[in-house]
Amino acid sequence: MTILLLLLLIPVVLAGVSLAIRSDVWRPWMLVIAAVLHASLVANLWVSDAWPSIGTWLSLDPAGKVVLSLISALFLAASVYAVGYLHRRLERPNRTFVTSLLFFLSATSVVAFSQHFGLLWVALEATTLASAPLLYFNHNSRSLEATWKYLLICSVGIALALLGTFFLAVAETFQGPVESALLLPAMLPRAGSLSVPWLHAAFIFLLVGYGTKMGLAPMHTWKPDAYGEAPGLVGFLLSGVLTSCAFLALVRLTQVCQAAGQMDFARPLFILLGLLSMGVAAVFMLGQTDYKRMLAYSSVEHMGILTLGLGLGGLATYGAWLHMVNNGLAKGVLFLMAGNIHRHYRTKTASEVHGVLHRLPWSGALFMAGFIAITGSPPFGLFMSEFTILRGAIGNGHWGIVAGYLGCLAVIFIGMARIVVPMVFGEPPNDAAASGPKDSFLTTFTPLVLLAAVLVLGLYIPSWLDRALLAAAQLVGGLR
Amino acid sequence: MEHVTQLLLILVILANLFVLGSHPLGACIRAVAFQGIALGLLPLSLHPEERSIHLFVIALGMVGLKGFVIPGLLFRAIRDAAIRKEQEPLIGFNTGLFLGAILVGLGFGIAGKLPLPPHTGSSMVVPVALSTVMMGLLVIVTRAKILSQALGYLILENGIYTFGLILAAGLPGLIEMGVLLDIFAGIFIMGTVIEHIHREFGSISAHKLVNLRE
Repeated sequence: MTILLLLLLIPVVLAGVSLAIRSDVWRPWMLVIAAVLHASLVANLWVSDAWPSIGTWLSLDPAGKVVLSLISALFLAASVYAVGYLHRRLERPNRTFVTSLLFFLSATSVVAFSQHFGLLWVALEATTLASAPLLYFNHNSRSLEATWKYLLICSVGIALALLGTFFLAVAETFQGPVESALLLPAMLPRAGSLSVPWLHAAFIFLLVGYGTKMGLAPMHTWKPDAYGEAPGLVGFLLSGVLTSCAFLALVRLTQVCQAAGQMDFARPLFILLGLLSMGVAAVFMLGQTDYKRMLAYSSVEHMGILTLGLGLGGLATYGAWLHMVNNGLAKGVLFLMAGNIHRHYRTKTASEVHGVLHRLPWSGALFMAGFIAITGSPPFGLFMSEFTILRGAIGNGHWGIVAGYLGCLAVIFIGMARIVVPMVFGEPPNDAAASGPKDSFLTTFTPLVLLAAVLVLGLYIPSWLDRALLAAAQLVGGLR
Repeated sequence: MEHVTQLLLILVILANLFVLGSHPLGACIRAVAFQGIALGLLPLSLHPEERSIHLFVIALGMVGLKGFVIPGLLFRAIRDAAIRKEQEPLIGFNTGLFLGAILVGLGFGIAGKLPLPPHTGSSMVVPVALSTVMMGLLVIVTRAKILSQALGYLILENGIYTFGLILAAGLPGLIEMGVLLDIFAGIFIMGTVIEHIHREFGSISAHKLVNLRE
C-alpha cells in the first residue's frame, strides 16, 4: 500500500517542487528524479513479487503491472532525453511543461492501478488534460491548432466513454441494486446477469471513446496534428504511454465481455477497427511528406495491430501484449530521433532533409534502425510480436484477415522506406551555418538503450517478462 | 413529482433547440446555463424518496458549476477576446432546427429499443439524454467558432449527465466529484486555449485552423 501511494504521490509532490524552482536549467532534473524513484519502486514490485492495493479500487493485477512497468521504463527514458532537450530550448520557459509531464506520470499510473470503471475514466481524462499543455510547448499557431483539435476530439471521445461507463452501470444494476457497481473484481463474477442490450450499447460507446484516445481509425484525426506539432519527446510519451493506457481500458472492457459470454459480439468489432486502422495508416503513409506525421500514422497502424490481436484472441492476444511493449520501446527511438533531426534541420518536410547520417551520425543510424524495427523486420522484437499475431490469425483460419494484415504491413513498409531512406542517406545540404545542434550524450543515450531493448526482445524474451505477459493475456483469453 | 420532472426535461430539449436555431452567442451561453440549472434540479424531482444530503450536494454543485461558473468562464472569454456575437454556422439555422427535431425523434427511437432500467423515475430521461448528446455533437460539427464548439461540448456533457441521473443513487460520490472536476478543468483549459488562439490568429473561427491538413 505504501509503495502504491508513493508511486502516485511522488510525481505530484515533485510537480509542486518544480513549480517552485525558478531556474529553467535545474527544473528538468525533477523529471529524472521522479522517473528514477518511480522506476526503482516498480522494479521493487518485480523483485519482491508484490501486488499492492488500496481498498478494492486501486489494485495491481497482471495487466496493470505490465502497463505500469512500461509507463515507468518509457518515462525514465524520456526524462533523461528531456533534460538534454530542454537545455537546448532555454528560450522557452519550461515550468508548465515539466509540471504537466509529472502530472501525466501520476495520472497514467492511476490508470494502471484502477480497478473501477469510473476511476479509470477520471484518470484517463486527467491524462488528456495533463498532455494538452505539452502539445502547446512551442507556442506557435500550428501547435495551438493541434492543441485545440486534440482537446476537442479527445474530450468528445472521452465524454462518449463516460456515457458508455454509465451504460455499463445500467447493465449491471438492471436486475436490481448491487454492491459496488462498476468495480471490476465485483462485476466479473456476476457478469452473467448483466443486461445484454445495455452491455452491447456500453461496449460500442466505450470502444469509440477509448478508441479515440488510442487513436484508432476513424477517430484518429487528432493524431497526425498532435504528433506532428508536439516536441518529439511528447509524441513519444503519447504514442508509447498514453496509447498503452487506452489499450488497457479496452482490455478491461474485454474482461467484462468475456465474463458475460459476449465475445462473439466484441470480436468482429475489434477486428474491424483494427484492420481499418491499419488500412487508413497504409493509405496516408504513401502520400506523406512530413516525417513526424508519418510517425503518427505508424502509431495508428500499431494501435490497429493491438486491437486486431485483442479481437482474434488466443495466441494473437498474447502477441498483442508483447507488441504493446515492443511498440512503446521502438516509438521512443523514432520520435526522439525525429526530434533531434527536426532541431538540426529546422524542417519537418522529409524532402528537405538529406544526409542525416553525415550530419548527425548517431541520430541517423538510430532513426534508420528504428524504422527497420517499427516495420516489423527481423531481428527486432516487433517482428516476433507481429509474427505471433499472424500465427494467431492463421491458426483461426481467418484467411481474409491474414491477407489484409500482410498487405497493410507491406504497403506501410514501402511507404515508410520511401520517406526514411532518402533522409538518412544522400548528400547533406551545404548550409552548415544554418543548422541546429549536434548530437549529444543526453539526446542519444536513452534511445540507444531503447533500441537495444527492442533488439533483445527480438532474440530472446526473458522468462519473467514472458510469464507476466502471459498472465496479462490470460485475463482476456490469451494463451501461448 | 412526475410533472416537474417532465417539465425540466422538456426545458432541457428546448434549450438545445434554442442553441441550434439562434444567432447571438451570448443568448446561447445563457440557454446552456439555464439547461445546467434545470439539470441540477432534476435529481431532486427524479428521486423524491431518497432526498439525502448526498443528492442535495450534487444538485447544488451542478447548479453552481453548470449554471454559473462555466457560463461565467465563457462570457469572460468573449469579453477578453472581444468576440463578435454572431455564430457563423456551417448550416442554416432552419436546417439546424430541422436536424435537431430529427435527432429528438431518433433519441426516442433508440431509447425505445433499449429496455427501460428500473428506478428511472421517468421514461423520458433516456430519450432526452440521448437526443441531447446527439444535438451537442451536431453543434460541435456545424459551428465555425471554437467558442461555439466548446458550447456544443457542454451540451454533450449535459446529455451524458442527464443519463447519469438514473444512476445518481448508485454511483459513489468520489467518482462524481472526479467527473465534475475533470469537466471543469477541461472547460477551463479550453477557455485558456481559446484566448491563446484569439491572440495568435486574431479570430476564433475554426476556418482559420486549416494549417494542418493532409
